[in-house]
Amino acid sequence: MIIKKSELSSFLDKLTGQYQVLAPVKKGLEFYFQPISSGVQADLSYSNSVTAPKGILFPQSETLFNYDVQGETADMQECLDTGKKVIFGLRPCDAKSLVLLDKVFHGEKYQDPYYLSRRANTVLVGLGCGEPRGTCFCASLDGGPFGTEGLDLLLVDIGDKYVVEVVSEKGASFLTGASLPLAGKDDRAAAAKAKETAFQACTINLEGLKEKMDVNYDDPVWGFLHEKCLGCGACTYSCPTCHCFDILDEVKDSTGCRVRNWDACMFPLFTLHGSGHNPRPTGKERFRQRFMHKFKYFVDNYGAFACVGCGRCILNCPVNIDIRQVLADIKAGGDEK
Amino acid sequence: MNNPYLPIPVRLTKNFIETEDRLIHTFTLQFLKEEDENSFSYMPGQFVEICVFGKGEAPFGIASSPTESGFLKFSVAKVGVVTTALHAMQEGSILGVRGPMGNGSAVEKLKGKNLVIIGGGFAFTTLRSLITYILHPGHRGDFGELTVIYGARNPGLLLYKEELAEWEKRSDINLVCTIDVPCEGWNKRVGFVPTCTKEVAPCSDNTYAIVCGPPVMIKFTTPVLEELGFSPGQVFLSLENKMKCGIGMCGRCNVGGKYVCKDGPVFTKEELDRLPPEY
Repeated sequence: MIIKKSELSSFLDKLTGQYQVLAPVKKGLEFYFQPISSGVQADLSYSNSVTAPKGILFPQSETLFNYDVQGETADMQECLDTGKKVIFGLRPCDAKSLVLLDKVFHGEKYQDPYYLSRRANTVLVGLGCGEPRGTCFCASLDGGPFGTEGLDLLLVDIGDKYVVEVVSEKGASFLTGASLPLAGKDDRAAAAKAKETAFQACTINLEGLKEKMDVNYDDPVWGFLHEKCLGCGACTYSCPTCHCFDILDEVKDSTGCRVRNWDACMFPLFTLHGSGHNPRPTGKERFRQRFMHKFKYFVDNYGAFACVGCGRCILNCPVNIDIRQVLADIKAGGDEK
Repeated sequence: MNNPYLPIPVRLTKNFIETEDRLIHTFTLQFLKEEDENSFSYMPGQFVEICVFGKGEAPFGIASSPTESGFLKFSVAKVGVVTTALHAMQEGSILGVRGPMGNGSAVEKLKGKNLVIIGGGFAFTTLRSLITYILHPGHRGDFGELTVIYGARNPGLLLYKEELAEWEKRSDINLVCTIDVPCEGWNKRVGFVPTCTKEVAPCSDNTYAIVCGPPVMIKFTTPVLEELGFSPGQVFLSLENKMKCGIGMCGRCNVGGKYVCKDGPVFTKEELDRLPPEY
């Protein structure tokens, strides 16, 4: 099927009647995923959004439940979001990150109803990357500019139109009734060519990384890798796979709500015990934790690296720490001096 | 879908000052709804998140035993926001609990073994759960000889004094209490837990050690056990780390790839030796 670019906004207009539609919206020089009320607000001429669309399914701050405790009663109302959503035009790397988050939030014993409810009610329409950014390295992490993992539909830009590829059953039923024109032979050929000629800004070699990290907890490399890190957490807040959070209460009189907010392993308070003891007391341990979590612990627990190569941490780090270089340094190891 | 973040409402029926320094209170909680009580099934070593509405949640090991029905018991030190609010709580107040959490399978592994339970300070809470469980007539036969070594800085800081007195009278448990320095009115053992362990611990053959206490006690007790012939697989330890969700998602209590909340809090020393020392 195809969507002509000239008809994209009317296509989105129709969707906004049935779904909450979230699409890239230009603000200043940057793009953010935001709810749109009209198709013209969406701007697909973007490389990627500043913050990852993970925040739509796992918001930076959300209320888990409201409560009213008086005398002998405790009344609790859970705040599940069951609204139907479409995330339109997200990049394949960000879609893949949701597959990784699924593993965390859909555990064997415990399931997170907040994330999973939104996930189940959201259709993911991806947009292939014709022109990745200089910091993109998705192909090094089992993804690619036209990867479909996690997506329901994939759009391929072929000039004046998008070829729509159906990835999942959910994507197929989403299109039922949309009466989009079928893609012709030329369209399909153009889409295949777009994929073929897609280039990757850079690749990194992760061969042997996990094996190295299985044994390098005490490597001297950790002693200097963290040195310029400020511990600001910008990497974790922009990362599409980071999932750490805090839970706290907000209260007024007898009523209150329990809220969860994103948190970050780079902050000292994250692990500080009530006694004053901190198992990860300095930047060294916290920096090591972030990389160990993504490239060893997550692999041990879920069988995949917790990184999709989106490059946001590189773009957002105020002191230019580059994950690609860090991984190369980890592999090389440090001197015993 | 069952929502693991929603607390079960409970009533605080007793707020008891447990130690002479008044810093540890023992709280007795009862479920508001019978169906919650019936579906709350736990084992010694597990914990819950206790929720003080308006203040937040914190994790505490369960001090009561599943053999004691009708209530849950916790001994809590006054440390931070939630625990300070708990200490000041009126009996009759409504609280919440989430759980039980943690891997409850440790007790199964202890069956058929002689046991030496070693506790220090107020870490004795979950050990009380285990001891009470073992001493229950329905379970006592599942375990071999039982030695309990319990140390505190002074007699006033020992928890559960009435129960300790009862256990001392029994023949199916060898209870050894010790305090750090001599004190008027104390005619029992004086000395630190590691020294005491060296003197009274049973032979390591077919014996498991369960150790729970402050880091310094653990640091000096595990080498003693090793000297006595306990292999790392025969030593069980319970970890504590900062927690929020209690279900392996919020990312803060991990020790290496293991989450204390979901994979622990009880680990064998053999398991811990393979993990980084981030606890």
